[in-house]
Amino acid sequence: MTVRIPRVAGNILKALLPFCLLTATLLLLESREYLNPFWIRIIQLSCVVAVSALGLNLIYGFTGLFSLGHAAFYGVGAYTAALLMKGFVGAYGEESFLPAQAAFLGSLAAGGIAAALLACLVGLPTLRLTSDYLGIATLGFGVITKVLFDNADSFLPQLGGARGMTGIPRMTETPWVVAGLVAAILVARNLVHSTYGRALVAIREDEIAASTVGIDIFRYKVYGFTAGCAFAGVAGGLYAHLYTFLHPSNFDFLKSFDVLMIVVLGGLGNLSGTLVASFGWIFLLEGMRVLLPPEYIEFRWVIIPLLLIVTMLVRPQGLFGRREFPFLRGKVYR
Amino acid sequence: MILSVQGLTRHFGGIRALDGVDFTLGRGELVGIIGPNGSGKTTLFNVVTGIYRPDRGSVTLEGKGIAGLPPHEIARRGIARTFQNIRLFRELTVVDNVRVAYHPHVRYGPADALLRTEAFYQEERRTREQVEEFLTIFSLSDRRKELARNLSYGDQRRLEIARALSCWPRLLLLDEPAAGMNPSEVGKLMDLILRVRERFSLTVLLIEHQMRLVMGICERLIVMDFGQVIARGVPSEIQRDPRVVEAYLGKGGSNG
Repeated sequence: MTVRIPRVAGNILKALLPFCLLTATLLLLESREYLNPFWIRIIQLSCVVAVSALGLNLIYGFTGLFSLGHAAFYGVGAYTAALLMKGFVGAYGEESFLPAQAAFLGSLAAGGIAAALLACLVGLPTLRLTSDYLGIATLGFGVITKVLFDNADSFLPQLGGARGMTGIPRMTETPWVVAGLVAAILVARNLVHSTYGRALVAIREDEIAASTVGIDIFRYKVYGFTAGCAFAGVAGGLYAHLYTFLHPSNFDFLKSFDVLMIVVLGGLGNLSGTLVASFGWIFLLEGMRVLLPPEYIEFRWVIIPLLLIVTMLVRPQGLFGRREFPFLRGKVYR
Repeated sequence: MILSVQGLTRHFGGIRALDGVDFTLGRGELVGIIGPNGSGKTTLFNVVTGIYRPDRGSVTLEGKGIAGLPPHEIARRGIARTFQNIRLFRELTVVDNVRVAYHPHVRYGPADALLRTEAFYQEERRTREQVEEFLTIFSLSDRRKELARNLSYGDQRRLEIARALSCWPRLLLLDEPAAGMNPSEVGKLMDLILRVRERFSLTVLLIEHQMRLVMGICERLIVMDFGQVIARGVPSEIQRDPRVVEAYLGKGGSNG
């Protein structure tokens, strides 16, 4: 591997530009009170969900692995990061700004790694199954994980079990969610538009043909699954420090369907669609809380399914079909 | 000798799809396998390329045993193939179908891809140049951005061969390459097979029912029936062989 420093450094600088622009815009809107804290919170949550959904798109959209366990990996990341961060705050206090931010970065990474390791463990036996069976196996895994979270206090009281985990420091501010989203987009885009991404898509298209052109399909399924779950783990870490309270019901297997819906609506194997659908989904779900009069709030569950059905009828190929935003096209030539 | 198959046997339940198949291929040969439907030709390809494991017998590629290895390993050792019922990556473009097959030869790691290093761009450019070369040979250049599923039948067949060749094989297995082609397309395909064999110094083993192609370009024929090799020899001998006439040519051989 030949890494020429100037090019890599240039690429990192290029990644900093959208991060700075987005963060500055959001912070400005926040400080000038164009957006009230409620909407800021919704934007932050959308970014977090988008990170997780990009991961599921890698798994289901690009590699073609039907996984119903995404919420479980999200939860594993959330609990891991929260546990570490709580430990840090307990030992050193919250006041020191820089060390706390560094510790948070470390916790997020740990959340991603924990989810990835678990994905590997789950994937090794189950990824030999064909798609439908894999769905059932990951669903089962999701149920087991939920039970584990419910009873987690019996081996680690800090995790709170069924009463929920409290006392998580609020670390997830706008710069963090933007950084997480930009990083997730870049990783997903650069991976997809490379020989590795093409190998994953080849597996989705035809496993036998992929194997006869020299792609180790089992190995790459594990890679794709693990990478996608790492996204969920990081997103879970961000989520934990956004709401500062974790409850096992947030990671119920039903929550996996939320992410699945976003990925399918946005379009399988389409990054732009996943992004737009993540924001659209959260805005609909949370935004309608304020837009609808209080007595009609439960009508969300009439409006959302109707919108889903209409969208699937009108755009079965996803919101954007095969088109991507310019910044997601991932040029492989200069 | 590039490929040697000895006593290859494969059962499916009570059916002996392959029953002690022996044959060898010399370097650079162009050999055809013929036989009635269900005689085990495609199963033979599937066992040689690792999609099925053999129950018994050996497959030796350039002196090394490959029987029972997984398909991707066999592909990397130099055997590429096409499929009877075309297996393209349907939702990928023509360019990407060929480019995917370079995967084992691409010399950059995931970190290079993530950080978009110099090595990444160099390799992608090199891959692109080679892909373009294949597309030109197979006259698919003007369709490069088209999705594979939108190609005409003949284009899909040619694209599949292009994809197989971009694995840089030494041995190419073609499973009914002319199926569904009209006479003029078959003529072009025969030229193409001869040309790529020369160009890439390949050994070619092909299954085909179209007698015009088989008799026209194959130097040697292997005839199978009920999972066994029942005859072998040069095309003119095979045409007169009474066992072959009985098993195969007697029924459907006159339409070539």
